[in-house]
Amino acid sequence: MIKQISLFLENKKGRLAHVCRVLGKADINIRALSIADTTDFGVLRLIVNDPRKAYDILKENGFAVSITNVLAIEVADIPGGLSCALDKLELAGVNVEYMYAFIGTTSQDALVIIRVENPETAIEYVEKAGIKVVQEDEIYSL
Amino acid sequence: MTYWNKHYECMPREELEKLQLDRLKKTVERVYYNVPFYRQKFQEVGLVPEDIHSLDDLKKLPFTTKQELRDNYPFGMIAAPMSEIVRLHASSGTTGKPTVVAYTRSDINIWSEILARTLTCGGTTKNSVIQIAYGYGLFTGGLGIHYGAERVGASVIPISGGNTQRQLMLMEDFGTTVLACTPSYAIYLAEALEKSGRDRSKFKLKYGIFGAEPWSEKMRSRIEKSLNISAIDIYGLSEVIGPGVASECQEKKGLHIFEDHFIPEIIDPETGETLPMGEKGELVFTTITKEGFPVIRYRTRDITYLTKEPCACGRTHIRMHRVMGRTDDMLVIRGVNVFPSQIESVLLDMGETNPHYLLIVDRNGSLDELEVQVEISEAMFNDKVKGLEGLEKKIQSKILSNLGISAKIRLVEPNSIPRSEGKAKRVIDRRNI
Repeated sequence: MIKQISLFLENKKGRLAHVCRVLGKADINIRALSIADTTDFGVLRLIVNDPRKAYDILKENGFAVSITNVLAIEVADIPGGLSCALDKLELAGVNVEYMYAFIGTTSQDALVIIRVENPETAIEYVEKAGIKVVQEDEIYSL
Repeated sequence: MTYWNKHYECMPREELEKLQLDRLKKTVERVYYNVPFYRQKFQEVGLVPEDIHSLDDLKKLPFTTKQELRDNYPFGMIAAPMSEIVRLHASSGTTGKPTVVAYTRSDINIWSEILARTLTCGGTTKNSVIQIAYGYGLFTGGLGIHYGAERVGASVIPISGGNTQRQLMLMEDFGTTVLACTPSYAIYLAEALEKSGRDRSKFKLKYGIFGAEPWSEKMRSRIEKSLNISAIDIYGLSEVIGPGVASECQEKKGLHIFEDHFIPEIIDPETGETLPMGEKGELVFTTITKEGFPVIRYRTRDITYLTKEPCACGRTHIRMHRVMGRTDDMLVIRGVNVFPSQIESVLLDMGETNPHYLLIVDRNGSLDELEVQVEISEAMFNDKVKGLEGLEKKIQSKILSNLGISAKIRLVEPNSIPRSEGKAKRVIDRRNI
């Protein structure tokens, strides 16, 4: 299962830059990210090359951080590709809580990170629906 | 000059002090024989009621604290049989348990009397129409003033707090001449009146009786100007009796403490030593006529000083300066008492072991606003915004149900609230009162 790093950020100047500086110094490479924000705070979600190390480093630096299991799926990199994948997930009864695009690719397809309620059971349905789920070590080394 | 009870309000000091001593002796006797708590405390210092020979002997008596009242919840401090108790009031508590106070028929009578004096000080007569916009209920504000106003013979509108548009409508239609409420609500009403487009010249409002929260001279002139009234400051606390413990006269140079019922002292809050007249310290009260819930040297935690200088109004009773601060960290927000520790226990209840938080109080227009900043911990944090917003709402509704106050909750990053050595800085009060 792919480990996503999530951390709490106040909506204040320089906070995001600070996180990136901490990760950069520790030789952590950010592979994908998304920020969900409200008026007062944001939640930064990261896929990195070494989640365990990133988690420890961020914790040491005093951030509220957590690790969440997410899925990376392959989506045809053509118009309608994502729509098709989402239809399949819906048919399979998999509810997507949030998703964001991944920068690198494994093949000619695009990669999308999805967060679902029970990733352990969902993975089966996703695969049955004919969607390719990318493995953990593959993602980190991309 | 108008008095409600000239005999007592203008009593020569020598005579007044004789009366106080006589009443003090009776009160000490009453609590010694009726309240095990007081008896035990007196015995601990080897004191019997017969040891009180002069007002100076008051110093020998032990203090009573808010915590002790709480420890004796609900009826442990009552000094009369329950069959004699005709009324119970309660104030909000830090642990969910309120502080209960009880009144006999005679206590209600005394309370009405001192509020009649207070209201007379503030310009109320039997020809007045008084709108009581203090809360009615367990809070002593509404009902206390109500009984005093009826005693004076004014026409009473028991409207209670809130519902501003209706307040304005009745104020105009009923020809209200006296308004009694918290000073911040008075400002709010003034602003609402301005916005409503109602014609001020159709209003008959002349006087304001304001208390239950700290306010300043600056605020007074703002209220007086915007409502075109004369406003006085009143003081009281439910543990002593409720509103009516002290009141300004039209001189507006300090609040006369109704000394034929309450003996004030100023002490050094650190050492407990009685301070000489005129020195600033913690205000302490001993009730000398109450039956149901007398208090002996009750520590109010309010900071002020007293003066015996004669007042131009002719009243001989000691005056206290308007309350200048607190010895503890209690905040009064929209008339509600809030202790930072109450917020802390709400946060602790949410499963956190060591919550870091900061209360920021501000005044937006005329209304107090409370923001509670809470440091997020790993245990509270998850990757979903929905979950975090849910957490904010949960804290908010717990604070509302426990403290009766709505607060804005702001989650902040770990270690972002400044740590201090020793006593943590829990409150930033930005109100410019």
